[in-house]
Amino acid sequence: MKIMDIVQISLYFGILGILTLLLGSYIFRVLGKDRQGALDSFSRMDNAILRLVVGGRGTYEMTWKEYAFSLLVFNGIGFFALVLLQLFQAGLPLNPQKLPDVPFWLAFNTAVSFMTNTNWQAYSGEAVMSYLTQMLGLCVQNFLSAATGMGVLLALARGLKRQSAKTVGNFWVDVTRTTLYVLLPLSIILAVLLVSQGVVQSLAPYATVKTVEGGSQVIPLGPAASQIAIKQLGTNGGGFFGVNSAHPFENPTPFSNFLEMLAILLIPAVSVYMFGLMVGSRRHGACLFAAMLAILLAGFIVAWWSETRVNPMIGSPCWMEGKEIRFGVMNSVLWGCVTTGASNGSVNAMHDSMSPLTGMIPMCNMMMGEIIFGGVGTGLYTMILYVILTVFLTGIMVGRTPEYLGKKIEAREMIWAIIGILLPSAVILVGSAMACLLPAARSSVANGGPHGLSEILYAFTSATENNGSAFTGLNANTVFYNLALSVAMLIGRFGVIIPVLAIAGLLVSKKAAPPSSGTFPTTGVAFVFVLIGVILIVGALTFVPPLFLGPVVEHGLMLRGITF
Amino acid sequence: MIILKSFRLFLILMLLTGIIYPLGIMTAAKMLFHDHSCGSMVTRNGMPVGSALLAQKFETERYFHPRPSACDFATIPSGAGNQGATSKALTQSVRERASKLLASHALPLTASIPADLLLASGSGLDPHISPEAMDFQLEMVARARNLNPEKRARLRKLARELIESPQFGIFGEPRVNVLLLNLALDDL
Amino acid sequence: MKTKSNNIFQDMALWRRALRDALYKMDPREQRRNVVMFIVWIGAALVTCTLLRHATAFNIQITLWLWFTVLFANWAEALAEGRGKAQADALRKTRSKTVAHRMNGDKIETVPAADLRAGDMVVCEAGDVIPADGEVVEGIATVDESAITGESAPVIRESGGDRSAVTGGTRVISDRIEVRVTSQPGHSFLDRMIALIESAKRQKTPNEIALSVVLISLTVLFILVVATLPAFARYSELAANQPGASVTSIAVLVSLLVCLMPTTIGGLLSAIGIGGMDQMMRNNVLAMSGRAVEAAGDVDVMLLDKTGTITLGNRMATAFIPVSGIEESALADVAQLASLADETPEGRSIAILAKERYGLRGREVAAPHARFVQFSARTRMSGVDFVDSEGKVTCSIRKGAAEAMRQYVEKMGGLYPTTVAAAVEQISRSGGTPIVVADCGRILGIVHLKDVVKGGIRERFAKLRKMGIRTIMITGDNPLTAAAIAAEAGVDDFMAEAKPEDKLDLIRKEQAKGHLVAMIGDGTNDSPALAQSDVGVAMHSGTQAAREAGNMVDLDSNPTKLLEIVEIGKQILMTRGALTTFSFANDVAKYFAILPAMFSTLYAVRGGPGPLSKLNVMHLHSPESAILSAVVFNALIIVSLIPLALKGVKYRPIGASALLIRNMVIYGLGGLIAPFIGIKLVDMLLVALGLV
Repeated sequence: MKIMDIVQISLYFGILGILTLLLGSYIFRVLGKDRQGALDSFSRMDNAILRLVVGGRGTYEMTWKEYAFSLLVFNGIGFFALVLLQLFQAGLPLNPQKLPDVPFWLAFNTAVSFMTNTNWQAYSGEAVMSYLTQMLGLCVQNFLSAATGMGVLLALARGLKRQSAKTVGNFWVDVTRTTLYVLLPLSIILAVLLVSQGVVQSLAPYATVKTVEGGSQVIPLGPAASQIAIKQLGTNGGGFFGVNSAHPFENPTPFSNFLEMLAILLIPAVSVYMFGLMVGSRRHGACLFAAMLAILLAGFIVAWWSETRVNPMIGSPCWMEGKEIRFGVMNSVLWGCVTTGASNGSVNAMHDSMSPLTGMIPMCNMMMGEIIFGGVGTGLYTMILYVILTVFLTGIMVGRTPEYLGKKIEAREMIWAIIGILLPSAVILVGSAMACLLPAARSSVANGGPHGLSEILYAFTSATENNGSAFTGLNANTVFYNLALSVAMLIGRFGVIIPVLAIAGLLVSKKAAPPSSGTFPTTGVAFVFVLIGVILIVGALTFVPPLFLGPVVEHGLMLRGITF
Repeated sequence: MIILKSFRLFLILMLLTGIIYPLGIMTAAKMLFHDHSCGSMVTRNGMPVGSALLAQKFETERYFHPRPSACDFATIPSGAGNQGATSKALTQSVRERASKLLASHALPLTASIPADLLLASGSGLDPHISPEAMDFQLEMVARARNLNPEKRARLRKLARELIESPQFGIFGEPRVNVLLLNLALDDL
Repeated sequence: MKTKSNNIFQDMALWRRALRDALYKMDPREQRRNVVMFIVWIGAALVTCTLLRHATAFNIQITLWLWFTVLFANWAEALAEGRGKAQADALRKTRSKTVAHRMNGDKIETVPAADLRAGDMVVCEAGDVIPADGEVVEGIATVDESAITGESAPVIRESGGDRSAVTGGTRVISDRIEVRVTSQPGHSFLDRMIALIESAKRQKTPNEIALSVVLISLTVLFILVVATLPAFARYSELAANQPGASVTSIAVLVSLLVCLMPTTIGGLLSAIGIGGMDQMMRNNVLAMSGRAVEAAGDVDVMLLDKTGTITLGNRMATAFIPVSGIEESALADVAQLASLADETPEGRSIAILAKERYGLRGREVAAPHARFVQFSARTRMSGVDFVDSEGKVTCSIRKGAAEAMRQYVEKMGGLYPTTVAAAVEQISRSGGTPIVVADCGRILGIVHLKDVVKGGIRERFAKLRKMGIRTIMITGDNPLTAAAIAAEAGVDDFMAEAKPEDKLDLIRKEQAKGHLVAMIGDGTNDSPALAQSDVGVAMHSGTQAAREAGNMVDLDSNPTKLLEIVEIGKQILMTRGALTTFSFANDVAKYFAILPAMFSTLYAVRGGPGPLSKLNVMHLHSPESAILSAVVFNALIIVSLIPLALKGVKYRPIGASALLIRNMVIYGLGGLIAPFIGIKLVDMLLVALGLV
């Protein structure tokens, strides 16, 4: 542990906090203000677009079912567009490397992956995807999947705020505004900054050079900066190049690393602040923020500790396998925790090669449901499911029918909340178990011993929780994994979105009761602790057995010097 | 109806985020940071010899070597070994690398080797090595080039100068760009 | 209903009966109602089947303890129900052989009580058991209601007014009443009571349903956890190249599942609900549904009538204030004379005060010397005229409202002193009622009548406030009086000059603001408000209409009973919450007991212990004893928590945050630590007994 590490960590969280405050009220103004009915007064730009789309004047309010349906249709269109782009990329323009069409199952998996904001990649971008596919397919979905997540969060916040209403907003408006006023401006700023650090942005064909020693090297190029900016800001994480943000063209300097790391948590963190403003309780927002931060830091400390223990392979406390010199150990571990806390999934070091317990922390971050700030929108709305569970438990523990922000939490809300929380866990368990039993699936692992189990577990966790990072050793470009992980991604995405929207629809029709001294406040330190407790117990209990048989036992074996 | 409207919205947003946005960034990038946007190419005698940001293979002892690359410095695609802490294969290759380094540097078996020369990078294209790894290789390079003591001193000085300290004094680790170092070495 | 012993564990008969019932409940059709325990049942059955092939000592013990787990949960439920069943049997006896004297025109016929229909008229005389619920339409009688309320002192029931309701099964002690039957056969108060006590029709409350959702979903998830475990184990065996190194027999997997599932709360859930109803009974409150009891815990606004609730029924004389020159005793004497014929409580209180203060006894003042003047709404005065032998009035004494008395005195040519006017004003402002007394046209002074707030009520309201409940007093008094009493009693708010319909409006208004409103009432005009309120507590002494409208009946007719009702409502919820937390917190220790046992030799080198055996932090004796200890602990914890489930977690009005922290520390942190100790102890015991 060096002084400069502490300085960087402090600077990171300090700037994140400041940006949260600065951007919080902005994003609240452009997205969060509840202008029920009169949607058309904010600005000309989204109006122009929306009028073009919807026709007539402006838009209308949607019930939760209409909202969900619009969301599914919109995502479905994006999915088909992306599949088609990949399947026919060879014949389409902007393919200077003459890359062939993407095979069907890989195209299918990739389309699901980018539509669900997972950005799981069973391919290496520079070898498989044409510039057109990257720009018009992947980049677009980076924007739209993030905007979709934000829309769901906005709908939920409206459900909590509005009283005795029926509608939760308009999906198209939310997507358009999120894209126009949040994602695009921030992406433009970040993309330009990234280019200044050396991230490439070019449509020229790959260059071939004669190296100093006389060999030849192909220098890959492409419109990377624009895509990397949104991949971080939109918590997508799908790399332009195969090794993602470890690639020097994606993440050339320590400063670009810092910027990208900030971008990963930026919008999720800001959303928490916006949510507080939307539901009229800044303090509640602050409490959620504190709970998220606490879990993130706790995990980071464990991971960092483990990564500074002696590496038995070289006999010194250095775990540089799979890491880049310019980032060093601390920045790689911090990135690993941040990218899995947020459902980003871009990596600047290979998680597969981290020490067993360090590798377990990203897994745990994801298993908890991607609620440590989480993805754009998704992180907070999933967190709210935990909050509902927490409020339920605390409510009955102080002898009062549970209520959240004044709205009664009853059986129907609980059913949806519990589905949203537990369904992903179930998918992870069943998926990994299936892969463990199938010889073909087992043969995809790159490591022997318990680490192979970790690879499988990580894959299903990452896909289901829509993270996208991987223990990359696993060869996931097989029909089984492409298909199974696609299913996992779909359930992990829409199996949470639908319950959240249903809860929004249930709550919006209720009336908020004023708090009394018998109500357990959702604004105190006690609440933060209980919330963390619920997250750890519910999120972690499920995965104790496979984690024991994966990273934990591997740690024990490593200490004994056993290899596979 | 919803499908049609959704389709129209999708087309508009696709145009905006998939065409206008990247092309806009491209224009700005070309205007502001032309070299960076095209891969930070390094030229010698007017010929590009590689990118300052990508490691390239150096095998002879006349040059400093970059970190091990699990993909052997391939770029399309590059990659890492992805071996875990209990990997026999990784343990094996670490051992091989160590004995190879000790042999090429004519060092005793007990000598310690900077870890970044034993462990492969994440991208397989890490352009940097740690200052320790550079120091470690100095002797080998000097010997291979038959440098006289005066040139050795200059090499040492040059090497010191090429150490990049943390960016803005804060971010990242001290490091040395192998390609730039080797180019400077040739000009020595 | 009142019982001497509060500890049901003293009653051996109950225990035995409960154990027998618990065995009956092992029937899968019965068991199916409780999903969590039903899964344990299935698991136990599954393991029993495996005994056919592998009847090892370990398997047999696991099987036994799994069945015990189910049995213990049933036992808890049976114990909770047991008390109620005993009471219901007693009540049923009173109902069985009653006959009714039905009026049919002028004739009176004797029919079985069961044949009575709503609207029938029956006559009840001294000694009769009232055959059905009804309303007294004629007469007045003393009734022994001890069968229902457990209170031996008889109560008065009379036609008209708010004490007209009679309950089937109670006994007339004196006099004769005519009663109009108001209930259909099978739907009487007694029937409902029996049904409630037996919890035959016990429906799940909303929170219980929500909790069940959570418990069942987590159970399903744990099933998946256990079901996928063999796959992970298989992978590990292949990776370690040690086939069979992990223990994943059916018995072990079922043990793990049962330990992980929330069996503690699942097994005790219904006992908690029944226990709560039972607590209500013990407080002599009859809740018509568990939903109402649960709602009581959420009440944050409470409406109650002033009269009879906050104050003793009537105003009482508290002071004599003479005008200058008059002795206080003289005023008292005259005031007493004026009140002799006044049978109203106010009048009586004047006589009593005079007696207490000055030892003045009521004198025989009778005709022909005296002629009493009754109070009338027109004159607003009462008093007595003394007459001589010719019938001429010699002197008249009057007492009455200030304004009426001023007119009276001035008409008689007397003087109405300004000091009196000032004193009257002052008393009125303080919320009291001034009664001006005059003797032969001369004002002697004022009697101060005042509402007397019931003893201890202030403290009760303070406690309610601490619980987060706002009390609103409703009164027909003017705002001045109301404010004074409100301040004295310590209510938070009041509604003065309220008409009956105002109550309903007030409740609606509070509900619209999102409050949960409790209303306490007894009169017929309360019934709309009782029906509208979320928790309507009717006094048992009240009218039939009120009792029908409310969702609880207080058999003691004690208006501040809501305090206990709210506490019980909260306790039921808290107990569920506490045991849920406890259940899940326990899982951590159970993992640490069972998982290392299952994988103790996995990845082991040369017969040594595997890396995971390091996680056997409790140092349990052997893998078998570890698993068995966890199962035994899991079963025993159900039994040991039965008393808590029945009694409930104590509610303390210390604010929600403090309460939560307290419960979290006890049941959350305690639940995390306790099983580590408990499992270790069981393990040591099993080893000592040589069972493993």
